[in-house]
Amino acid sequence: MSVRPKAHTLGPKPPFWRDRAKRALIFQVLLIAAVAAFLLYIIGNTQANLAARGITTGFGFLERTAGFGIGQSLIEYSSQSTYGRTFVVGLLNTLLVSALGVVAATIIGFTVGIARLSPNWLIARLASGYIEIFRNIPLLLQIFFWYFAVLRTMPSARDSYSLGEVIFLNVRGLYLPEPLFESGFGLIPLTFGVAIVASIALVVWNKRRHEATGKRLPAGWISLALIFGLPLLVLVATGVPVTWDVPELRGFNFRGGITIIPEFLALWLALSIYTASFIAEIVRSGIQAISHGQTEAAQALSLPQKLVLRLVIVPQALRVIIPPLTSQYLNLIKNSSLATAIGYPDLVSVFAGTTLNQTGQAIEVISMTMAVYLIISLLVSMFMNWFNARVALVER
Amino acid sequence: MTIQLKMIEARPAPKNTVGPLAWLRANLFSGPVNTVFTLLGFYLLFVLLTPTIQWAFINADWVGTSRDDCSREGACWVFVNARLTQFIYGLYPRTELWRVNIVFASFAVLIAWLAIPRLPFKRWVALATLLAFPVFAYFMLYGGHFGLSVVPTHRWGGLMLTLILAVVGMVAALPIGILLALGRRSQMPIVKSFCVVFIEFWRGVPLITILFMASVMLPLFLPTGMSVDRLVRALIGITLFQSAYMAEVIRGGLQAIPKGQEEAAAALGMGYWKRMGLIVLPQALKMMIPGIVNTFISLFKDTTLVMIIGLFDLLGIVQAALSDSRWLGFALEGYVFAAFMFWIFCFSMSRYSQYLERKLHTGHKR
Amino acid sequence: MNEQATRAGAETPMVEMRGVNKWYGDFHVLRDIDLEVKRGERIVICGPSGSGKSTLIRCINHLEEHQAGEIVVGGVPLTQDVKRIEQIRRSVGMVFQHFNLFPHLTVLENCCLAPMWVQKKPRREAEELAMRYLERVQIAEQARKYPGQLSGGQQQRVAIARSLCMHPDVMLFDEPTSALDPEMIKEVLDVMVELAREGMTMLCVTHEMGFAKTVADRVIFMDQGQIIEENAPETFFNNPQSERTQLFLSQILGH
Repeated sequence: MSVRPKAHTLGPKPPFWRDRAKRALIFQVLLIAAVAAFLLYIIGNTQANLAARGITTGFGFLERTAGFGIGQSLIEYSSQSTYGRTFVVGLLNTLLVSALGVVAATIIGFTVGIARLSPNWLIARLASGYIEIFRNIPLLLQIFFWYFAVLRTMPSARDSYSLGEVIFLNVRGLYLPEPLFESGFGLIPLTFGVAIVASIALVVWNKRRHEATGKRLPAGWISLALIFGLPLLVLVATGVPVTWDVPELRGFNFRGGITIIPEFLALWLALSIYTASFIAEIVRSGIQAISHGQTEAAQALSLPQKLVLRLVIVPQALRVIIPPLTSQYLNLIKNSSLATAIGYPDLVSVFAGTTLNQTGQAIEVISMTMAVYLIISLLVSMFMNWFNARVALVER
Repeated sequence: MTIQLKMIEARPAPKNTVGPLAWLRANLFSGPVNTVFTLLGFYLLFVLLTPTIQWAFINADWVGTSRDDCSREGACWVFVNARLTQFIYGLYPRTELWRVNIVFASFAVLIAWLAIPRLPFKRWVALATLLAFPVFAYFMLYGGHFGLSVVPTHRWGGLMLTLILAVVGMVAALPIGILLALGRRSQMPIVKSFCVVFIEFWRGVPLITILFMASVMLPLFLPTGMSVDRLVRALIGITLFQSAYMAEVIRGGLQAIPKGQEEAAAALGMGYWKRMGLIVLPQALKMMIPGIVNTFISLFKDTTLVMIIGLFDLLGIVQAALSDSRWLGFALEGYVFAAFMFWIFCFSMSRYSQYLERKLHTGHKR
Repeated sequence: MNEQATRAGAETPMVEMRGVNKWYGDFHVLRDIDLEVKRGERIVICGPSGSGKSTLIRCINHLEEHQAGEIVVGGVPLTQDVKRIEQIRRSVGMVFQHFNLFPHLTVLENCCLAPMWVQKKPRREAEELAMRYLERVQIAEQARKYPGQLSGGQQQRVAIARSLCMHPDVMLFDEPTSALDPEMIKEVLDVMVELAREGMTMLCVTHEMGFAKTVADRVIFMDQGQIIEENAPETFFNNPQSERTQLFLSQILGH
């Protein structure tokens, strides 16, 4: 390995099995041969098995009609659609629940992680209680809990829980009013965009001004006011050009509005709460990893507490936090595959589940499913390497 | 110039800085914001705990045999009580339960021996746990020899199956993980890339797809007519998955050993396997134990996924019991029981690993 | 101290501590500390480890909180008021045993941080100032490097420059050389001697007795949380009065 004595240049040549270089070569050739033989054996068996079962290999099945419906789809889908489309629907559903899960888990995780370090004893205890409870119970169990023990025991549509008669929760899911935009509404996203651009410009200008004159404005607060205040102002000025399609009980079910299926809710809740407990630990240890000397040095330079955090602690803690944080995000994406246990139509459920059962194309379906997750993992680890190279602290 | 020849005696700290009142002031009521947080925290605790305690203890029914014995509005623990044997042993024949109990007991003894620092012969006990115990457990649980009747694996279930999956997955993954970790550090390019690809592949996909693969693709890979037990298929999938994670833990442990150790061993004339087996691995393994325990905790929780391919682990059997028409509507009780079991195991293991980590830390400082 | 105090009566002392007591839980770390430091005075504090000498100087810029007694820095009494603490910290520089440079910022950025964010100086001005002080500690050529790339001695010199950039009225040194390899101690001490020559008020916790002999106006010996002996260096080293001082000096100079 790392210790490699210099080869002798004198004396008789050793027999090949004692020559280090040749030994390594032979070993590796043997490894390749073994792997190849193993693969050939598997492929041979598989071909024989498939022939015996009358399954033709290939990706032709993706063109065939799926013939089953899917409860939640971000794109146009019906039972007349192809298996290829099923794959896309499943993939999008996986990405949807993962993305929303990442957002929620990050918010909860950072809150709990910071609360864990609170000087307030009770708050710190509550946070550590949260962490210890949720990370030590299997995720699948938590999904079942939310789905079967909470959401499935909700009342029927007639007896829905309601919030101000606009939001309804029942055994069939969560019903939200859907905004319908009238003609003048286009102005609002526009002002929103303008406010964001203005905020970015403000931040840049503020930084330049600070460097040039040493003076600075509270740009963060001003931006926040701009981004939320400006669109709100325009909204009021244009006379609120939005109507809400409020869900309404017709017969046995609600019509109108946006429906969030209980499978999604259960999966999203469980994923967020479970992953948040790990993120909280990462945040806590990331902040604690910064030595107390850093805080003291910054305080001794008379930086106020807010700036100590912003200029000294946070930039260093983020370097520690981000690598394990991304791997938690990756875990969340992989864990979203547990959807199949409660029938949320994610990639594994509709593709590696239903499609596989209907077509029997095990090899193709499993490979495609695995490939999706591998590609996501690969992209994330590429980002990680790039990030680490960029922010690594320079050492001797 | 000042010279102080008399010692000033230590005095107790002022009353307002020590004692329970000062503690309260410093930790709960140090300012208006903190006081608000404290009050909110107490309120939250009150709102969460009161109904929970009322449901789980005060208004709960504990004894009985059927759902009619659950007359109160709280939890119906009668359901868990009635099903307890099934939750722990699955469908294992009632008359043969002693076999499982012996295996449980001997496993508990071995683990306790390994976990308690004072006991001697650690190395031999560890070896017995890794090599002899699985063989013993197999003969006891499956039977077919020594006059024990055969209990087919489809009757295994509950907590017993959960433990079997986790322990076998772990024990089988350890040697593979060591080889993969050594391979990943190797200077032979083909060996190294083979190990990297192998590790990253299994780490990159969800366990569920691996289990699907093991249950639908594995039969295709074998010669026609040859079939593998469902449990064994799940175990193969879990082992492959776990070995990749183990490899990374072991690699971390190997990296923590200073290069000088291996150089010193080489200077004494040791070959590669001697250097690894006698010098590097024994030191590294000690550092890896917390990491290994942590991956074991994850594996323990992940075994619940086998219910998706039709095995009845602890969660699977609880889930199955919930659809029993005689006991409909007790999902909450079932899940709380299962969660409690899992939590006890995982929490105690994580505490143990934290304790080890602290011990390692102080050991290094000295 | 008495005769000096009467002589300097008119002018406000830089640091005044009266009856300062501090406890860690039940442990009494500082016991009835009375100390007055005049402008331009250089004081070396020594004593066995755990005697409270670091705690003493850390109370001056409120990195530690004292529970009884009064501390006045440059005429400003130290209270719980955050604004006042920050005001005092602006006039007090501190150098730590473990340097505590910010590893994510370059040497120059380390020095510019406080001038830009606290004193609200433009970057150009802050950088010029920083370069001036970095030149004075003879490390200007490393300005663009990160702390992790420097040796311990270089890092400590940067830390001194970083403090000086705030134009402090008094500098606190908390064992600035004890984390350094022997060959690097001199380069740091040279900077400190130089600083002393220029008339900086200094309080140094250190075991460098050579440094104490050359620059100190007074040497303070602490043990078990109290000031045992306080004297001009000559008397202190040649004719220590208390038994414990003698024991300490024989241990530290013994070999």
